[in-house]
Amino acid sequence: MKSKWITTTAMAAVAALAFANSASAAGELNIYNWGDYTSPELIKKFEKEFDVKVTVTDYDSNDTALAKVRAGGHGFDIVVPSANYVQIWVKEGLIEEARPDQMENFKNVDPRWVDVPWDPGRHYTVPWQWGLTGIGVNTAVYKGDINTSAIFLDPPPELVGKINVAPEMNDVLFAAIKYFGGDWCTTDKEVLRKVRDKLVEAKTKWLAMDYSVTEKLPSGDYAGVYYWNGAIMRSRLKNPDVKMGYPKEGFPYFMDSAALLKDAKNPENAKLFMNFIMDPENAAMISAFAKYANGIKGSDKFLPEEMKTAPELVVPPEYEKAGEFLLSCEPETQQLYTRIWTELQK
Amino acid sequence: MNGAEQVAIEARKQDIRSRWLLSAPALVIIFVAAIGPLFVMLLYSFMVKGDYGDVKPWEFSLDGWTSVFFQRDIFDDTLGLADAHISIIWRSIQLSFFTTILTLILGFPTAYFIATRPPHTREIWVFLVTIPFWTNLLIRTFAMQQVIRNEGLLNNALIWLGIIKSPLQIIYTDTANLLGMTYVYLPLMVLPLYASIEKLDFRLVEAGYDLYATRFQVLRKIVIPLVKPGIIAGSILVFIPSLGAYVIPRVLGGGKNMMLGNLIEMQFGAGRNWPLGAAMSITLMIIVMVALIVYVRNASRGGSGHV
Repeated sequence: MKSKWITTTAMAAVAALAFANSASAAGELNIYNWGDYTSPELIKKFEKEFDVKVTVTDYDSNDTALAKVRAGGHGFDIVVPSANYVQIWVKEGLIEEARPDQMENFKNVDPRWVDVPWDPGRHYTVPWQWGLTGIGVNTAVYKGDINTSAIFLDPPPELVGKINVAPEMNDVLFAAIKYFGGDWCTTDKEVLRKVRDKLVEAKTKWLAMDYSVTEKLPSGDYAGVYYWNGAIMRSRLKNPDVKMGYPKEGFPYFMDSAALLKDAKNPENAKLFMNFIMDPENAAMISAFAKYANGIKGSDKFLPEEMKTAPELVVPPEYEKAGEFLLSCEPETQQLYTRIWTELQK
Repeated sequence: MNGAEQVAIEARKQDIRSRWLLSAPALVIIFVAAIGPLFVMLLYSFMVKGDYGDVKPWEFSLDGWTSVFFQRDIFDDTLGLADAHISIIWRSIQLSFFTTILTLILGFPTAYFIATRPPHTREIWVFLVTIPFWTNLLIRTFAMQQVIRNEGLLNNALIWLGIIKSPLQIIYTDTANLLGMTYVYLPLMVLPLYASIEKLDFRLVEAGYDLYATRFQVLRKIVIPLVKPGIIAGSILVFIPSLGAYVIPRVLGGGKNMMLGNLIEMQFGAGRNWPLGAAMSITLMIIVMVALIVYVRNASRGGSGHV
C-alpha cells in the first residue's frame, strides 16, 4: 500500500511540473550573462510584457562563455561579451548580425556608444553596461593622492599588505604598461621587462587577488584595491571612508554588450529583448541592480538618487582622457602577456 | 572430423561469443568513459593551439609538451627551464605532501578512537565523520574562510582572550591552503584507517604488552605495520585530490599563488593554450602515478621486513 501511495504522489508531482512548464509562456528566451549582473525586475517585466519565459545562466569570465558556446549544444539565445571579446565572437562566427542599429529603440543609444571600435555602427551588439577598473582606498587608512596606479604598483607604507588586485590579466597588465608609458598591446621588450619586474615586486606587498571586494573593502580587510568602479561604489555605500581614484597614468574602460547567438533557438524573442533593453527605463533597471552605468540616453532620471551623482560612475573630466578601452591583442602578444601573468603567480 | 567434435567446437565458439557479449557493457564503459577521454587529451596535447582557445585540428606540434617544462625567455629568447611552471608544480607537490602528513597525524588517533569503541556505537562515530560530506565543498571552503580571516572567528577569539594583539595573517597564505585541504580531506584519511584498525587483532597488542613492550613499541612494531594498508589507502585518497585542488587555493589562498589545478584552468581560460593545458593535465596524472608506485613499493617492502 505504502509503495503505491509513493508512486501516486511522484506521478502527481511529475505531472504538476510538466504542467507548470507548459502553462507558463508562449515563448522562451535563454540569456547567458555574467553572474550577479542581470536585474530580476527587468526579467520579470520582460516576461510579463511579451509572455516569454526567460532563463538566465551565469558565467564568470569571457573565456568561460566563449569556450562553452563554441562547444555547442548550449541552448542560449543572448550572450553579453566584453568589448575586447566582441571581435573574437564575430571572427569565430558565433554571433549573428542582428542589426540592432535598425531597431526601434536604437535612437536612445548615447552617440558616444554607437561607433565603438569593437562594433562600428552597432551591427551586432546592444550596450549593456560600462564601467572602468580604478582605485578604491579606505581613506581612514591612507590620506594621500589616490588618483594613481602607484596605489597598487608602488604602494605607500600604510597600504602594504592590505591591497587586493582584481585577478584579471588584461586589466592588471594594462595599468602596469601605462604606468611605464607604454601602449596597450605593446611588444616593446624594454617596457614589458619593467612591467614584469614591477608586478613581481609589487605583488609581495599585496594581500590577495580576489573577487570579494564588496565585503572586504568596507570591512577593513582590504584598505586599497584595483577593481571595478561599481564594486567600489557598493563598498562606499557600506563604508563612507572608501573613496574612488582614477589612475592618471591610464585605466581601462570596459563595456559589455548583448549579442544574438548564431545558433539561437529563439532569435525573435532575443531581438525583442535587445530592443527592450535600449528603452531608458529598462536600461535604468539594469544599472540600478548591478551599479554600473548603461549606454542609454535619458535613463538617468529613472536611476536611484544615490547613483545619479555617484563619484564612482561620473568620471571627472580631467581623468576622462586617461581611460581607454581594452581591445583584444594579437595572439602572439597575448601569449607574451600570459607568460608575464603566469610568472606573477608562481 | 566427427559429429561430436563439431558440436564441441561449436559450443566453445558460442561460449566465447556469449562471454564477449556479457563483458561488452564493462568494455564499452572502460573505452568510452576512461580510455577515450584520455586519448582525446593526449591528442590535444600534441596539436597546435588555436588563436582564441581550442586547437587547430590535425596540425601537430610538440609545443604543448615542451612548454610544460621549458620556455624561451621573454626577453633574450634563450631556451631555459619554465621556472614559473616548475615552481607551481613543486608547490602543489609540497602542499599535498604536508596535507597528507597532517591528515595522518590527526586522522590516526581519530580512527583508533572509533575502532576501539564498543561495536554498536562505532557506526554512530563513523556516521559523524561522514557528515561534512553532506555539505558542498565550496560551502565548506567559504566557511573555513570565515573562520580564519583577519576579522574572523579564530582571530577575534584569540584577540579577545588576549593571546595576540593584532590578527594573524592566515588567510591568503600557503598555510591557509594547508589548513583548508587538511580539513576538507580529513575524512578521506579517517575512513580507510578506521577500516583497517577495526580489523586489527587486539590480542596481538595484548601479547606485546605481556612481553614487556612499551606503548610506543607496540604502536611502532605491531599496530602501524598491521594497519599499513589503511595508511597507504588513506594517503593515496588524500594526496591525489590535494594535488589537483582548485577551489581551495582560489578561495583560501586568495588566488595569489597558484597550484597546479589553477595553472591548468588558466590555460583553458585567459591563457588560451589548450595543448599546454592538456599536457599539464597528463603531467599531473604522471605525478600521481609515480606517487602511487612509490607508495606501493614502499608498502610491500615494509610489509615483508617487519612482521
